[in-house]
Amino acid sequence: MSIARPRPLLIAGKYAALLGYLTFALFPLYWLLKIAITPDQLIFTEGTQLWPSSLTFDNFRTVLFQTDFLAYFGNSLYVSLGTAAATTLIAAGAGYAFSRFDFGGKKIIIAVMLITQMFPLLMIIAPIYKIVASFGMLNSLTSLIVVYTAFNIPFATFLMQSFFDGIPKDLEEAAMMDGCSRFQALRKVIFPLTLPGLGATLGFVFTAAWSELLFALMLISKNEAMTFPMGLLTFVSKFSVDWGQMMAAGVLALIPSCLFFIFIQRYLVQGLTSGAVKG
Amino acid sequence: MTTRSQAIDVSGETRARRSLYWQYMVEPFLYLSPAIVLIGTVMLIPLIVGISYSFQAIELLNPFNTGWVGLENYQQLWSDRKFWIALENTFWWTFWSISFQFLLGLGLAMLLNTQFYGKKLFQALVFLPWAVPTFLSALTWAWLFNPVIGPLPHWMVALGILSEPYNIMGDPEIAMWGPIVANIWFGVPFFAITLLAALQSIPSELYEAAEIDGASAWQTFTKITLPFLAPMIAITVMLRTIWIANFADLIYVMTGGGPANSTQIVSSYIFTTAFRKLDFGYASAIAVALLFILLIYAVILLWLRKKLVKI
Repeated sequence: MSIARPRPLLIAGKYAALLGYLTFALFPLYWLLKIAITPDQLIFTEGTQLWPSSLTFDNFRTVLFQTDFLAYFGNSLYVSLGTAAATTLIAAGAGYAFSRFDFGGKKIIIAVMLITQMFPLLMIIAPIYKIVASFGMLNSLTSLIVVYTAFNIPFATFLMQSFFDGIPKDLEEAAMMDGCSRFQALRKVIFPLTLPGLGATLGFVFTAAWSELLFALMLISKNEAMTFPMGLLTFVSKFSVDWGQMMAAGVLALIPSCLFFIFIQRYLVQGLTSGAVKG
Repeated sequence: MTTRSQAIDVSGETRARRSLYWQYMVEPFLYLSPAIVLIGTVMLIPLIVGISYSFQAIELLNPFNTGWVGLENYQQLWSDRKFWIALENTFWWTFWSISFQFLLGLGLAMLLNTQFYGKKLFQALVFLPWAVPTFLSALTWAWLFNPVIGPLPHWMVALGILSEPYNIMGDPEIAMWGPIVANIWFGVPFFAITLLAALQSIPSELYEAAEIDGASAWQTFTKITLPFLAPMIAITVMLRTIWIANFADLIYVMTGGGPANSTQIVSSYIFTTAFRKLDFGYASAIAVALLFILLIYAVILLWLRKKLVKI
């Protein structure tokens, strides 16, 4: 492949575009951090300055030690991890079935899964409330896990299917020739190969569950069982919008989902790619 | 001799049939059943119940006035001016959000498909907005648009967009742009991720051949890149359109549908009706109407895709 002569104008334009995207993506997050470390009395007087004249970590200290923040954080972590694990496991099974089998009703099931992505989730919030209440499961984090898991299964299944599609069928067929059952072949041959796919799905579902607010508001009312986004809401209502504290809490909330996301995003691209190439 | 071989044939055939039956009917469902059971009980049954609500009067504030009312909710919907305003707003909200998300996402994906220094870190950072909890990004953008503590209105004055620094979300004419900008910010990474995946699957031989044949960059883009991306574009645009049309969180947190319903979209109107007025019957009727419109849209787009794309 011949190397095109570098054109300085084009390269300058490219780096300008890269810088533009980076600024657009990060500036709001920077602003969040800036407000979190600005002392309360300066938030409004220096509101539009790019950097405050003095810094404080009081907001973080208050949030961590004088509010229920850590409890909310723990609840959210429990719900998000539980949802991510359950969804990934179930979606892996379903994705495997879609990828490897041709069976009766496959098209119908795929169509139903697509439809679940189409209707407004708000529509089922009242029926779900009634069902969960009739099981006496209101205010339980387990009910949240079950509901979130169901919501995330369709997309996670399509994602997992594309990962399985990227793994050649010959591999497990060879293992089955050698006397493995299909399940053994799946566990010993396919599972290790699909680890990046599992990682991507885990991360994707984790971030989705981490930021869900609506159903949590509906199904949880007790303070002890509140998830993190609801906790942020209490900062709004209880302390008549204590912005500094809320932004500090927001910065802390960003940490797990961002860590997860930075870890998985290249697998996400890779997974979608391999599915598209070989599928 | 002949009978014996026949017997073997028969037993072999039934075994084959049994294993076919196993493969076709039973085994896939072993892997699928947890997903089917969960989706069925948590989504489909409530969906049917929800649709049945749209034919009932269910107002929690008015518990004695319940029961089947036939199409009353839908008749009310037809003459509800707020609903039609919300429908028009939904159209513009979705149209502008998806257009900008798509164009910026495509640009970002094409940049990420080239080589440059620090690409891995860059990719991780630009995709970050997708990981920010919605509630939080809504508040952050509301803050940025607030002239007292946010820089955006002042920048817009400097650029000549606004005559004086005020909060655009207080002006019914342009309030919608607040949530739209937040939505663009939040949604560009999704398009970039999916389009990047599609870009990386285009065989590089095609580009090499085009280069040998002396194709211009624009020709390469329109003759190779776009046709290859088309199936992915169609499916992502469809899914995203539906998600965005249903996406009430940003609007609800940033403007609450105001001022004067200028940012009320259908899904936020459902939310307001269900949770402010606690009128589940009417809210369900609005939701069914929205579902119906989105289904028509999806069918048209899938039909167009079949006509236009031959991959």
